[in-house]
Amino acid sequence: MRATITMFLLLTPLLGHAELRIFGCEPGWAALAEEIGGDLVEAYSATTALQDPHYIQARPSLIAKVRKADIVICNGAQLEIGWLPALLQKANNRDVRPGSRGYMEASGFVVRLDATASADRAGGDIHPLGNPHVQTNPHNVAAVAKVLAERMAELDAENASTYKSRNADFLRRWQDAIVKWETRAAPLRGKRVITHHKSWVYLERWLGLEEVGNMEALPGLPPTATHLSQLTREFADGGADVIIRAPYQDDKPANWLAERTGITAVVLPLSIGGTEGATDLFSLYDDIIDRLLGATM
Amino acid sequence: MRIDFLKGAILAFLIGSSGVVFAQESEIDLLRTELDSLRSDYELRIADLERRLALAEQNAAVAGNVAQQATAQIGTDSASFNPAIGVVFTGTAWNYSGNPEDYFVQGFPYGGEAGPISEGMALGETELIFNANVDDKFTAWLTAALAIEDGEAVVEVEEAWVEATALPAGFGMKFGRFFSDIGYLNSKHLHAWDFADQPLPYQAFLAGQLVEDGVQVRWLAPTDVFLELGTEALRGEQYPSAGAANSGFGSYSLFANIGGDLGANSSWLAGVSYLDSTAIDRPSGDEDDPFLFTGDSRLTMAQAVWKWSPDGNWRDRNFILQAEYLQRREDGEYSGPDLAPTPYKVDQSGWYVQGIYQPRQRWRVGARVDNLSSDDPGAVFDGTSLAAPVSDPRRYSLMADWANSEFSRLRLQFTRDEAGPDDDNQWGLQYIHSIGAHGAHSF
Repeated sequence: MRATITMFLLLTPLLGHAELRIFGCEPGWAALAEEIGGDLVEAYSATTALQDPHYIQARPSLIAKVRKADIVICNGAQLEIGWLPALLQKANNRDVRPGSRGYMEASGFVVRLDATASADRAGGDIHPLGNPHVQTNPHNVAAVAKVLAERMAELDAENASTYKSRNADFLRRWQDAIVKWETRAAPLRGKRVITHHKSWVYLERWLGLEEVGNMEALPGLPPTATHLSQLTREFADGGADVIIRAPYQDDKPANWLAERTGITAVVLPLSIGGTEGATDLFSLYDDIIDRLLGATM
Repeated sequence: MRIDFLKGAILAFLIGSSGVVFAQESEIDLLRTELDSLRSDYELRIADLERRLALAEQNAAVAGNVAQQATAQIGTDSASFNPAIGVVFTGTAWNYSGNPEDYFVQGFPYGGEAGPISEGMALGETELIFNANVDDKFTAWLTAALAIEDGEAVVEVEEAWVEATALPAGFGMKFGRFFSDIGYLNSKHLHAWDFADQPLPYQAFLAGQLVEDGVQVRWLAPTDVFLELGTEALRGEQYPSAGAANSGFGSYSLFANIGGDLGANSSWLAGVSYLDSTAIDRPSGDEDDPFLFTGDSRLTMAQAVWKWSPDGNWRDRNFILQAEYLQRREDGEYSGPDLAPTPYKVDQSGWYVQGIYQPRQRWRVGARVDNLSSDDPGAVFDGTSLAAPVSDPRRYSLMADWANSEFSRLRLQFTRDEAGPDDDNQWGLQYIHSIGAHGAHSF
């Protein structure tokens, strides 16, 4: 009897073996894979919402995860250029090399904003392929879900119908949520925002926010005192409704500017886990809109 | 009766008029509701129109992108296959209290390019980096170093390797010329070093850095803990090897690395490696009148690295603690200036420990101690620079650097050198700037 139990315990991890292992560079993509795959997938996020995804160490633990992954899905558009290539090079996993079916850049399946023909670093740490923070518009998430579900169905053909039906169900719920979000966020249309980094251009386009300033004088370079003073003068008599930063960005520049201009500063979750309220894909946008409404109304 | 009629009339009027009031109020309510529903209907329709407009814009943009891509493909077929190109610029300004021309470390005559940084202002290595996928199964990398040696500009093939990217079961293979993956620092490019020079054991045992022609095979275990095993077959022409022994299969290496995370804040990597080399007339010490060593050189290395940052958010604050221990046994024969071929069998070791702290974006400070020890090779070597040092050669270094962006770094370094013939204080400045494509850095 005891032997049977021991055997069972030893085998359980094998029996419970997931059909697809998903390595998401950011929490949202891991969560999306779980929405589509349910118990069939084991999803892992390389970063948390408290980490700047531009600056991640190519840690041994991440290499080990990529080694075992069936799908690597990232924002792309060079967001992870400082670390993902090192993981892929070290991980010896041909199934997730760029160009293979197991490698996906979410930004490749949406319309990227701010793509630039000039790639001059005098302009800061720019992304010539366009702004990579595509997940702040839920319509983009829907576009990625369609492709991800197709890839999952392709790589695990046995469960293809499950992925398809779960994705259809997810997209139905997602569209309903989008209508709800758009209705609730209607009063935000035309609100003027100052952001820390250009992380929110897709959210702004979606909700009709107007970006009137950035705390970084040049994208990717830390805010300077000179630039912040300039912003203070520019917005001393209004001209902006809210100051936005992501949880991993230094709170000092935002607070400094808020104190001097009287404009409310707010932390918005850039991905799941960024704030207490943003616990899954749906509550992420709930929380973003709640926080924006709270700060501007 | 009249009164009653009047009462009735008044009552009727009142009732009637209030009826009018009631009627008016309910009509207003009705109108209001209708207006509201009309408004929300219009809002919905406007929202719907806006959505459709946005969608149409998106589609147009996608179509535009596709059209653009198509044109780009027609116009610049060959250019679109250009490899990623990057250039790294480095240079130093170094000041010595002694004379670096006379520098040597007793018991450890340096080979290859090891030695003190050029005195005064000097251009360091300029690296030209080209890399691209060859096809779906191979990728290739070239680092050409432009250096000034004895006033002459020389181009060195620092690295030129091809990597197989389509091997199954966690295997990877690289061939050509590459930095060996032994130790921790050995495979790091100069621009990724935390100090301007390599620690003493790397200088003494690997002439700075081991780069060889050969083949490397790596295997990664399918485990949650990072576990990597690898081996290299090398030509054996670079220090500590020499002469490409065994018909050009002069040395080999073995390495194993293990690593993981400790919560969200820290991660670690530890490893051991072994390098077995054969030397035939290996020069070291004085360039014009060198010692020559023929025999076996076996190097064992162990290393550990620990990295920390709050919440794993590396950008703002972080700390790196890193240490390596190297042990070498050489068994053979030395000859050289005033030295007839003499049997030589010695165990030597070295270590360094360093910590680098980034208190805020852009700024870092660091400290390093590096040390060597040697057994006595015997009285026959007394009076030569092969004799064991009286005390362990050791250095203490401090550095502070500032990086405006990922692509530029300026460094100030101070080193107290108790390894050379006389104790020496060194001050130095270094710059590291890169343009073009810049590869991701390994852990």
